[in-house]
Amino acid sequence: MTAVAATHPYVEALLKGYETPQGGVSWLNERRAAALERANALAVPTTREEEWRFTDITPLTKVRFGRAEARARPPIAEVAAFIAPEATAHLVFVDGIFAPELSANAGLPYGVVVTHLTAALETHAAVIEPHLARHAAFERELFVALNTCHLRDGAFVWIAKNQTCPTPVQVLFLSTQDGTASYPRALIVAEAGAACTLVEDYVSLGESRHFTAAVTEVAAGEGARVQHVKLQREGRAAFHIATCAAALAKDARYDSHTVTLGARISRHNLDVVQHGEGAQARIDGLALISGRQLADTHTLMDHARASGKSRQLHKCIVGGAAHAVFNGKIMVRPGAQLTDSAQESRNLLLSDKACVDTKPQLEIFADDVKCSHGATVGQLDQEQVFYLKSRGLSETRARNLLTYAFGAEVIDRLPVPSLVEQLEETVLAQTQAAE
Amino acid sequence: MISANANILLGVRGLRVKVAGVEIVTGVDLTVRAGEVHAVMGPNGSGKSTFAKALAGHPAYEVSGGSVAFDGHDLLALPPEERARAGLFLGFQYPVEIPGVLNSAFLRLAYNTVQAARGGEELDPLEFDDYVREKMKLLDMDPGFLDRSVNDGFSGGEKKRNEILQMALLDPRLAILDETDSGLDIDALRVVANGVNRVHGPGKGIVLVTHYQRMLNYIVPDYVHVMEGGRIIKTGGKELALELENRGYDWVLEEYRARAAA
Repeated sequence: MTAVAATHPYVEALLKGYETPQGGVSWLNERRAAALERANALAVPTTREEEWRFTDITPLTKVRFGRAEARARPPIAEVAAFIAPEATAHLVFVDGIFAPELSANAGLPYGVVVTHLTAALETHAAVIEPHLARHAAFERELFVALNTCHLRDGAFVWIAKNQTCPTPVQVLFLSTQDGTASYPRALIVAEAGAACTLVEDYVSLGESRHFTAAVTEVAAGEGARVQHVKLQREGRAAFHIATCAAALAKDARYDSHTVTLGARISRHNLDVVQHGEGAQARIDGLALISGRQLADTHTLMDHARASGKSRQLHKCIVGGAAHAVFNGKIMVRPGAQLTDSAQESRNLLLSDKACVDTKPQLEIFADDVKCSHGATVGQLDQEQVFYLKSRGLSETRARNLLTYAFGAEVIDRLPVPSLVEQLEETVLAQTQAAE
Repeated sequence: MISANANILLGVRGLRVKVAGVEIVTGVDLTVRAGEVHAVMGPNGSGKSTFAKALAGHPAYEVSGGSVAFDGHDLLALPPEERARAGLFLGFQYPVEIPGVLNSAFLRLAYNTVQAARGGEELDPLEFDDYVREKMKLLDMDPGFLDRSVNDGFSGGEKKRNEILQMALLDPRLAILDETDSGLDIDALRVVANGVNRVHGPGKGIVLVTHYQRMLNYIVPDYVHVMEGGRIIKTGGKELALELENRGYDWVLEEYRARAAA
């Protein structure tokens, strides 16, 4: 069976040659079919919609992306540089296709599974079924629907009840081919009392123009602890639209750190839902962009149950004629009493042409809650600059140091030391004016 | 220590300073020779801090008249960083917090920058660590302050010690200490004052801007100046500070007005 004709030529191109999988797991086929239906029905978002008001994806819709061809994959030496030394278990996908020869999952303790979805569906279908394509809503998001109907494979991490994965797991999605679209997918399930650290990483080899439409789902069981780093460092010609949906059970703790460095246009949607009482979330973000980049971060912190806590710090460092967008929605549902939530949006503009749109959005339907938010947009603090100059530092050196410090606040909290070091160097290299 | 033959470190002539368009300093004359300690006292709002900040080159403090020579050169022609490299140091009344910049990194950067400008030897992180710990001992400072962000979350007293630590590291020829005594308890005051005295020497000058006399028990001034309405209206020796402590500022003002009227 081939796909029905899409209404929008852009979506039509993305679905061209799409075939509904035969055989395999029936519940998954059903979800893919439903997603296909939605992909055909949903309109391509425009700036007329509130959720996309500041993010014009017209340049993306003008390109007719095809599927990646089967080509020789990059040698391990070229890929190794992107793998954090701590991440002894890692999964590498090249243009959306799992690359077993570039991946490693040996030596994991009992109760920790790190593999690709196709393999996991044979052994862990009962664990996957309640979560896969259940948390990320393809019903209303075009790009989630596109990803879900294309879902063939992906990364799968499962931590059994009360088990801990001792080292971070890195999932590296590499893009290598110009003019192609890929649909990276990841599912992380931490059962009750389990703990793990995940690094989700997007990299382009070369300056190819490609499109990444990614979906990640995270399910944290009762009292589970998940630390999640998302690193988007694709090339400056790439388009990247990603959704991460995290579902937290009672007393679960989820820490998310999103670092956005790459892509011509990027959009990161992060939806965190506290399905159980007493869940805790930290949502940090840093967008470091310049040139003509556009980086949009939309987060939803959904306090659906009582006694939840959330802390959010989102920072943007914007240079050149780049444009950063932040929309942080905090939802406190009826009955979610004793919610304790704080959101901060801090933005640093490094040039006259740089711009940022930041919007806190609080929807509170409970009366006994603590919710704070704050946003600042500006240049460097002049008192700080003067203080440093009064100690002999040049204007440029003082500004460089303060800019670096601004980004370091988010980076220093990443749970993987080698990434902290690497990203600090990136911030230095990208923000430091010549002295 | 007064020596009539000593070099003039700082020569201020008719200095006027505006803040947000309002003239706060209305004509200050002050000469500081090498080896001397000057205290600039006066009631709140008399222009003491504005005078100090203008000397350091704060961009919000606009010099609207007069001249300042530092070691024979035009100080006002230099940007703040070059004033610091030339040997001028301002101890801030309210030291600025800089989250995300490690104190140890900041101190070393400042030290090496100033050393390089003066043709001195720069220190690598290990050498500097030894050097700064020595200086911290003299100020009774916990080395833990090296691993924290600059002034971030420091108490008032800790911030002031950190200022004097910077002074000790940068080894200025002229230190202007703006209300360094405020926010210090008596023990901290003694430690900070001892720190200042150690840095002071025959070739150097100190200007203490202060509201109270108590710091002058530890750092004995050669001259005491009273500032009011943006100018110096009386100058005396160290005994003037004690008199001000006992009698307040009003009598100086009255005396000045009577003189002006005459």
